[in-house]
Amino acid sequence: MPVWLSDALWALLKVVLTLAFVGLNAYVVIWGERKVAARFQRRVGPEVVGGPAGILQSLADGVKLLAKEDIRPAMADGPVWFWAPVLAMVPGVLVLLVIPYDPHLTLVRMDWSLVLAMAASAFTAISYFMAGWGSNNKYSLLGAMRGVAQLVSYEIPLILSFLGVVMITGTLDLSRIAEQQDRLWLVIPQILGFIVFYIASLAELNRVPFDLVSGESELVAGYLTEYSGIRWTLFLFGEYTNLFASSALAVTLFFGGWHGPLLPGWLWFLIKTYTLVWVAMWIRWTLPRVRIDQLMDLGWKFLTPLALINVALTGIWLAVL
Amino acid sequence: MAEGMSPEELGMVEPIETGGERRTMQLNFGPQHPSTHGVFRAVLTLDGETVVDVDPVLGYLHRNHDYIYQLMTYPQIVPMTDRTDYLSPLNNELVYSMAVEELLGIEVPERAQYLRVIFAELNRILSHFLYIGSIALDLAGYQPFLLSWRERELGYDLIEKATGQRMFPNYIRIGGVHNDVPEGWTGELLEFLDFIEREAWPEYKTLWMENPIFKARSEGVGVLPGEVAIAYGATGPVARASGVRRDLRKDRPYLVYDRFDFEMVTGEKGDTYERSWMRMYEILESIKIIRQAVRDMPDGPILGQLPRGPMKAAKGAEVFTVAEGPRGEHGVYIASDGGVHPYRIHWFSPTFTMLQLLPYLAKGLKVADLIAILASLDPVMGEVDR
Repeated sequence: MPVWLSDALWALLKVVLTLAFVGLNAYVVIWGERKVAARFQRRVGPEVVGGPAGILQSLADGVKLLAKEDIRPAMADGPVWFWAPVLAMVPGVLVLLVIPYDPHLTLVRMDWSLVLAMAASAFTAISYFMAGWGSNNKYSLLGAMRGVAQLVSYEIPLILSFLGVVMITGTLDLSRIAEQQDRLWLVIPQILGFIVFYIASLAELNRVPFDLVSGESELVAGYLTEYSGIRWTLFLFGEYTNLFASSALAVTLFFGGWHGPLLPGWLWFLIKTYTLVWVAMWIRWTLPRVRIDQLMDLGWKFLTPLALINVALTGIWLAVL
Repeated sequence: MAEGMSPEELGMVEPIETGGERRTMQLNFGPQHPSTHGVFRAVLTLDGETVVDVDPVLGYLHRNHDYIYQLMTYPQIVPMTDRTDYLSPLNNELVYSMAVEELLGIEVPERAQYLRVIFAELNRILSHFLYIGSIALDLAGYQPFLLSWRERELGYDLIEKATGQRMFPNYIRIGGVHNDVPEGWTGELLEFLDFIEREAWPEYKTLWMENPIFKARSEGVGVLPGEVAIAYGATGPVARASGVRRDLRKDRPYLVYDRFDFEMVTGEKGDTYERSWMRMYEILESIKIIRQAVRDMPDGPILGQLPRGPMKAAKGAEVFTVAEGPRGEHGVYIASDGGVHPYRIHWFSPTFTMLQLLPYLAKGLKVADLIAILASLDPVMGEVDR
């Protein structure tokens, strides 16, 4: 077999594996979200319907969503509206490609994988704006405007929050960053960085209390208003893939990646990641939503200065050491 | 007042300059919207996310109640009043029955008066719990909303045991109440009140009222000065949050309210946060009233002496009766032409009056604030569009 063909086949296999994981992860996380909500709110639904522990509930949801009528608003901006849900998947999938799940399991290894992950996270804003603008609906448009304001503002503290880790480890390769945390998880020296990262990533993910882009009780569903059935599902898949990806990134950067005793590395990685996913759910089912100006205040007046302080402190710490 | 003021005078931010032209967007907020508490439409003029103008449009739920009542006999109307404000049916039955009793000169036995107080206050508690839940939902707090159904369920169970119905009990009748409460019912009621005081109330306090995000979203939002509240005809918890000391149970006691020891809860700031606290504290005061009513309730008949034959009022007689409902003062005006039907009947509903405040309170704020303010007025569209 020629080298180019085997390379191509490998690449194809990786893409297929990643997409399969995206589907499986969305299935598991949606099921988990329903269970968490049910526990928090004493709901019986997912406990009663859908097989043991409600694991078939997500399947039923999926079938229902696939069977729904595909509605397109009459005056929608065709291609922009059409491609938005597809693009919503991109950032999560890109991050999944470069995440080191295990010392031996990184789908695409490169020296600047952290830069790719950062660049990918900026992509979400585009899909939100395309959806909101393309829908020809004023609620969607408001959602889109909120989305751009919110995501662009939170991009800055998010990226600044990485800097401390990069300064300590001296690399932009996620695998090496994970490797270097065999003795000390970076969350200990970088606790400020982690706090900024986690809050900013919740905002980037459009999760409560920062779900202003789709604010159900304000903008009906914001950028999602005009999407139904399979297109809506794609957005949902995108959201949960992004949730997993950002938690995985947090684990890689701050919680020692795959490091852990006894169990295999990839299992430790998944345990840590899903724990962070669970925390996001916990927050979602507890807190109400903030207002857009409060969100901006938090981003610019609190998180950004905090991230800068963290960079300065890390610099001093490294200089003293 | 608010009508004549420009957005700048109301402390709005500078408008966006687009080459000398000011760009605003019209947004139809409702009638189908998750946060309008029913079918209510507000035409918003927005500058970005800032509310420049609000134009409330009513009538999407109009069911012609006031007119239909005029086609019915006096006793037939009682179950219909439940549907007017479906979150406080017992208070509606009460005020209507009181109006007809006044019109016809019917005496209500003492035990029935105590029972009426108990049910009116129980309904107030349930309505206020749903208020907390629904303002939480409007600010995306799903957890307190679902929690608030627990208290309502327990309360509904009690109402069902006594009246046979949950949501539309049809219990308070002209001349008294339909039947006496079953054996042991008051004991269960007191247990329910204990549960609220011991567990539910502190839970809402920590989970919702002390939530920093809720405080940030509601403190200083939609401030209503006392004199404006009076000018617009606001009553109930909304007016009392602005420091207006007016509560019909204290000021013009009806039934046996003058025999009970309870406080009139008033606030100072008149913002969304304070309006929410009013409901929380009123729950505690209602519990006090119910406890005393259960303790002092005498034995005796529960239905007064009713006129023989169909109920008829004297020709030309008219009456306007008001009572303190959970949302504020609601009243019934009845005019009689001597027939078995009321010649004219008109419902005075508190949130219908208070919805006028929406433009005053929301101008210059954000869309998200408008939702919090609307929720803090606790509107029930069933009583707005009758």
